[in-house]
Amino acid sequence: MSVTCTAEDLVVALRAVSAAVVDHGDELTELDRAIGDADHGENMRRGFLAVAAKVDSPGQTTPAAVLKAVGTTLISTVGGASGPLYGTAFLRAATSLADVSEVDGVAVAAALRAALGGVVARGRAEVGDKTMVDALAPAADAAATAAEGGGDVPAVLAAAAEAAERGAESTKPLVARKGRASYLGERSAGHLDPGARSTALVLRALATAAGAR
Amino acid sequence: MTVGLVLVSHSAKIAEGLAELAAQMAPDVPVLPAGGGPDGDLGTDYDAVATAVDRADRGDGVVLLYDLGSAQMTAELVVEGLSAPRRAHVVEAPLVEGAVAAAVAAQGGADLDGVVAAAAMAAGTAGEVAGGPDQEFAAGAAGMSTLPPSAGAAERGPAVSANVVLRNEVGLHARPAALLARSIADLDAEVVVEYAGTEADARSVLGLMGLNARGGDTVVVRAWGAQAEEAVRRVRDLADRHFDE
Repeated sequence: MSVTCTAEDLVVALRAVSAAVVDHGDELTELDRAIGDADHGENMRRGFLAVAAKVDSPGQTTPAAVLKAVGTTLISTVGGASGPLYGTAFLRAATSLADVSEVDGVAVAAALRAALGGVVARGRAEVGDKTMVDALAPAADAAATAAEGGGDVPAVLAAAAEAAERGAESTKPLVARKGRASYLGERSAGHLDPGARSTALVLRALATAAGAR
Repeated sequence: MTVGLVLVSHSAKIAEGLAELAAQMAPDVPVLPAGGGPDGDLGTDYDAVATAVDRADRGDGVVLLYDLGSAQMTAELVVEGLSAPRRAHVVEAPLVEGAVAAAVAAQGGADLDGVVAAAAMAAGTAGEVAGGPDQEFAAGAAGMSTLPPSAGAAERGPAVSANVVLRNEVGLHARPAALLARSIADLDAEVVVEYAGTEADARSVLGLMGLNARGGDTVVVRAWGAQAEEAVRRVRDLADRHFDE
């Protein structure tokens, strides 16, 4: 229906994200079992279940306030590197939205760019290191292109999700240079990066929710 | 009046064991372990770290040390989230060496910058103890410059020096080394201890331990600066007291 996104829309979308993460928890854990410590699915599930509970409570009246609550909840509930990284992503996105009550495609693209900046600063990873950056960086680029072309929120998020999925797939042949998988060296090649996969999953769920409105 | 320490580890046991070790060398320093994930499993827990920082802060600031990648991220997030982020520092250092060095510096009355420097120097000290070509690598890898103890000897001018016999049984083992470092920590003096042709910074517990000076051995204590004489006197007194053993 609408081409913008309010705090209420965002809460609905985040419930969908939470459901998607819960549904795909086992898949994420299996990916992490191959090149990590087999806890990514469980960590993400715990974090996004807490997010779903958090956004159900009233009080967040702007999209930024919702995203900030998500960020702090993830930081507190997701162990491992994913907590600080996802938490930072949501907090930076919240900051970039300031206190507007509705966000458009341009604002979503800017928020993704800010999230990427936060993740890169926190994790000190770059594209090609076989991390969530490999999904988030192309997503931010695709979102910017879509927004410059006049795309609304569903269009921008759809572009971001598609780019993130491609980016996640691109991690398969890579040798990890950051994170737990980097300890494996060459043996990390041949597996999808769990963090890149979960990033694509989150963006796809957001895009689907936005498109369904 | 002391800087506090928070030890962020993926393992509660690592954090607790290290806090115990550091506290033995620095009994008056708040050393708070923050190990394990939100469910008590392996991982890091933002809330536990934030609580530990809060409890470790006696008004003089807090130094955080960490073990692996995500522990660093969590520690940095906690510091950024503080109302006064400058009161806490996350230091890149080997966890065990850094914690011991920081604890001893804090016990000796060093301020926040001093404790940060002591912890950061531990990376270089580890290389010194190991000796050999790894030293430069160790210092460089930690992103800091360390002063090799003998480097500035020519510019430092004449030292106050004394031969000191280690009258205790174990020599410069962990506890005596910590006592020695603490005894001179607050002085305006550069102090080195030399044994068997190797010098160590007297403020570096690990450097002192790395000398491998045993009971009955004689070490040379040299000091420069305004309180050089006092520094040498304190070390000699400490050795004469058998390091309070």
